[in-house]
Amino acid sequence: MRIRARGWRFRYAGRSEWAVRDLDLDIEPGERVLLAGPSGAGKSTLLTAIAGLLDPDQAGETAGSLTVGGEPPAAVRHRIGLVFQDPETQLVMARCGDDVAFGLENLGVPTDVIWPRVDAALDLTGFPYGRDHPTGRLSGGEKQRLVLSGVMALDPDLLLLDEPTANLDPEGAALVREAVDRALAATGAGLLVVDHRVDDWLPLVNRVIVLDQGGSLLADGEPTQIYQSYADALQAAGVWLPGSSGPVRRASKPAGPTVLFAEDLTYTYPGHTDRPPAVSDIRLELQANQALAITGPNGSGKSTLALLLAGLLPPTSGRVDVTNVPDIGSADTPAARLSRRRRPLHRLPARQLVRMIGTVFQDPEHQFLTQRVYDELALGPRVMGRSPDEVSRIVDELLQRLHLSHLADANPFTLSGGEKRRLSVATALATGPAILLLDEPTFGQDLRTWLELIELLAELRDAGHAIGFVSHDPQFVAALADRTVELKAGRLVA
Amino acid sequence: MSMLAEPIVSNPKAPLSRLNPVTKLAMAMLITLPLLVAGDIVTPSIVLGAELLAVAAFGVRWRVFVRRLWLVFLMTGSVFVTSLLLTDQRGGTVLFDLGIIVVTTQSILVSATIAVRLLAIALPGVLAFASTDPTEFADALVQHLRTSPRFTFGALAAFRLLPVLADEWRTLVMARRARGIEAGRSPIRRIRLLSSAVFTLLVCAIRRGIRLATAMESRGFTATATRTLARPQPLRPADGLAILATVALVAGATTVSIALGTWRVILW
Repeated sequence: MRIRARGWRFRYAGRSEWAVRDLDLDIEPGERVLLAGPSGAGKSTLLTAIAGLLDPDQAGETAGSLTVGGEPPAAVRHRIGLVFQDPETQLVMARCGDDVAFGLENLGVPTDVIWPRVDAALDLTGFPYGRDHPTGRLSGGEKQRLVLSGVMALDPDLLLLDEPTANLDPEGAALVREAVDRALAATGAGLLVVDHRVDDWLPLVNRVIVLDQGGSLLADGEPTQIYQSYADALQAAGVWLPGSSGPVRRASKPAGPTVLFAEDLTYTYPGHTDRPPAVSDIRLELQANQALAITGPNGSGKSTLALLLAGLLPPTSGRVDVTNVPDIGSADTPAARLSRRRRPLHRLPARQLVRMIGTVFQDPEHQFLTQRVYDELALGPRVMGRSPDEVSRIVDELLQRLHLSHLADANPFTLSGGEKRRLSVATALATGPAILLLDEPTFGQDLRTWLELIELLAELRDAGHAIGFVSHDPQFVAALADRTVELKAGRLVA
Repeated sequence: MSMLAEPIVSNPKAPLSRLNPVTKLAMAMLITLPLLVAGDIVTPSIVLGAELLAVAAFGVRWRVFVRRLWLVFLMTGSVFVTSLLLTDQRGGTVLFDLGIIVVTTQSILVSATIAVRLLAIALPGVLAFASTDPTEFADALVQHLRTSPRFTFGALAAFRLLPVLADEWRTLVMARRARGIEAGRSPIRRIRLLSSAVFTLLVCAIRRGIRLATAMESRGFTATATRTLARPQPLRPADGLAILATVALVAGATTVSIALGTWRVILW
């Protein structure tokens, strides 16, 4: 089906800016297109509109025309397949086969035809399990391949993918792309994929369309040609370029003393005693002036390990301790120090914990507690009992340092993805901890935020912080980590 | 949750387990209604006896049954004790008298009636749900009771998100601790903390729900289309037999009770 846009623009209800503006576009049937652009460029909006899921009457205001196969997108919705980012919110059924059958049932396919088509669709994407396999036992990458099977079972003419591999580790992501390639080769369906990671998709696409920050068309053409002629403009707009590995920032000082160490750390989820522990027998040290990367496939226990190190999750056995951290707070008498020595990290009162360790969660929204950026930053220092003068000094400094000053009065939940990430790092820094732990900090970030994050963390490291981060972004690890440990099935591998 | 995640049925091919989910639902209703009316001990005792015999036909092993339903038994036991202590029906022979606590034959009978009724009413529902796959239940509801597919399968899909929500809750509580916020020993702070976390959880749940609804809609899940069923849940002769047997059981139990002269309508 041909996608055709003429002067198309769209604005969400209640916004003053157009999300996409004055778009003229022709995509031929069977073309494979990568849609790139910085965060907030309207890529997902365009994709949703082409999928016929953007109701102009309810969602906002539209102008110009957008047709798919010569019709309004909503009229041909059944011929368009759509895969989103989060596999968790796309699976409907408890068994793999039932989930693939779901779409076929909806379209009224006769019962005796459904199951052969389910089997064919599972086969098409190279899905490794049978119909009766429970969806709850699949890994993230397997779930995405199942979602793809469910979409391909409907035999779409056009496949739309909205950052389908953003939640996945590199291996899982590669398998999903392989499945997409197989499915497209077998059916001849067209492809339109939105993704930050350009490199990965280039072998699959024959055209790249780039939107700029304001939602206008920046570049359109063959991949090699685009990246040669528009390299600078693209980089400036925060678009990932093929082979753009970014700067490499190593520690400028030798590693300082050990500030955090874990001994024989093991964690078993409550009620999962029949399964192997999520994390077992971990020995690990974090040193000042050093950045440690924790890598490993999805489900290997990386995030659990980060929570244990952060004193947020009580280990099943073993312990985590903080040493050589000078300013632990007002009650730094020998007796208080002794009692802290005896008390494991996860039993420390929260207001003492935040003086030593700052934790940045994968989803910034999980840690936002107030309605203003300023209050969000002031919260930690206030909990610690700082005077109002000190609080405002700390907050002003952080606002400036993380380029958030112009947003001081904004609601944290309304910020862009990159701004939310910066704010979540800033809130962790507000209590002046010596140790900073981050879980997938580059998750879903565009190139600009990605680069900013590297600069920021490198600066913090050189200022004496010990940094530990969980990541399955190999480029980020290569750019920043002084030391890397890999987890596999809950154990450290060399 | 764990009760739904790990079925207590060890043999899903057992004769009563294989009944149509709608049949099991009807059987539970057929049993519940007369027992809500009957106020004697004979009727529910006969029904409960038959139910306990049926446990095996549901493919439930006795050991598993007792272990997994200990909470139901504990509840029944405590209802019995509470009723024994609080009832004003203290007729009959006094068995023992500790001042405020007086136990008589009548108070034991009254309390036993309440406990047996409770168990006899609860058990069919527990067995019906424990032996039924949620997906097949939804299929059967849509096919035979003509419930709206949009609602039924929507609820089924939402159900799948419950464990995700539980994970999110744990994350939210930890994220608050990571910000230096913790209830500690203060109950007031605990309530404030809980309510703010519940609010965030709701916001997250609504966003998840919208994403799921969009994904379902993109796969053709709309109110208008005529849906087919991938897993038809036929009604077999066995389903009719099971209904007849259930009717015979409750009718028989009531008849026996009337014949013995014990049957009476419950008076609250």
